[in-house]
Amino acid sequence: MSVRDYTLSLGDDAMIAAQRLGEWIAAAPQIEEDVAVGNIALDLLGQARSLLGYAGSLEDPARTEDDLAYWRDEREFRNVHLVERSWSLTSEGPRDFGVLVARLLVLSTYLCELYERLRTSTDETLAGVAAKAVKEVDYHRDHATMWVLRLGDGTDESHRRMQAALEAEWPYVAELFDDAYVDPRLVEQGVGVLPSTLGDAFDRRIADVLAEATLELPEVGPAVGGGRRGVHTEQMGYLLAEMQHLARSHPGVTW
Amino acid sequence: MVSTGSTTRETNRRSWPLFEVFVRSRRGLSHVHVGSLHAPDAEMALRNARDLYTRRQEGVSIWVVEASTITASSPEEKDSFFDPAADKIYRHPTFYDIPEGVEHL
Repeated sequence: MSVRDYTLSLGDDAMIAAQRLGEWIAAAPQIEEDVAVGNIALDLLGQARSLLGYAGSLEDPARTEDDLAYWRDEREFRNVHLVERSWSLTSEGPRDFGVLVARLLVLSTYLCELYERLRTSTDETLAGVAAKAVKEVDYHRDHATMWVLRLGDGTDESHRRMQAALEAEWPYVAELFDDAYVDPRLVEQGVGVLPSTLGDAFDRRIADVLAEATLELPEVGPAVGGGRRGVHTEQMGYLLAEMQHLARSHPGVTW
Repeated sequence: MVSTGSTTRETNRRSWPLFEVFVRSRRGLSHVHVGSLHAPDAEMALRNARDLYTRRQEGVSIWVVEASTITASSPEEKDSFFDPAADKIYRHPTFYDIPEGVEHL
């Protein structure tokens, strides 16, 4: 694994998360929440642009961020399953706000720990992106935490649905901390972070939030995973079709 | 009509109370009213205000106030409230002779 591969996986996480989050614009409970989620998605898209642009520049011949976003096929994407899944509790169910809140809590808590560590990466570009991004994801975590507390410690109905959303998301948490895809040499060189070393801090932060929100930490086994190897869930293809169709139908188009 | 006040607040998402938002654009200036928004409570209102009104570095400080707690003058009282001030020119400091050489008066 090269710096390019490592950067690509970080960039794909951010880009696919941003694309999914965009579905909430005009669909959140209130217009204020539309804007909040839209802001979060744009923050992640900004991180993705920096990361994909950097990953592409390390290729020979170099590719642009747009090449990587629009002209790769599903098996070439390296994002985790957490960020690509639809927002419904069940495979056929409607979009669920609790799932959004649960996933945002997981993703932003993980990214906070990751970017905090990457700030001191020996790779200057990664360190620079992380230093800027860590403030953004810290706000995302705050936003998610606010909602988890209110829904978890709200009405019986909101508590039940928040807990159900956590149960639905939790099988996809383990993949974030899987070391299998990270080259130990990158960690030795101080370029990348061994994902499992972020786990303790993540667990502590999550446990604090869930305890305050009167929610239970889900006890469910991990899903199969495979996103880092380019093996994705059924929902990934639909996401890519929507994201890529314009660029592919009109190659070279600008807007 | 938006229902406001913690005692009448419903769980219905349409009934989130209205908050008025004040932003201070930089140190030394006052907070200025910039608009309003809905939020389930003040803490969330502060965050919504950050997302809605300070996206382009408009501010360094935000206040949110639940709109129902503001006591406002009413348009019907306009005449008795404001018109009497119209002809009181002696309330403006225009009757002083300003000595030459005084710059900051």
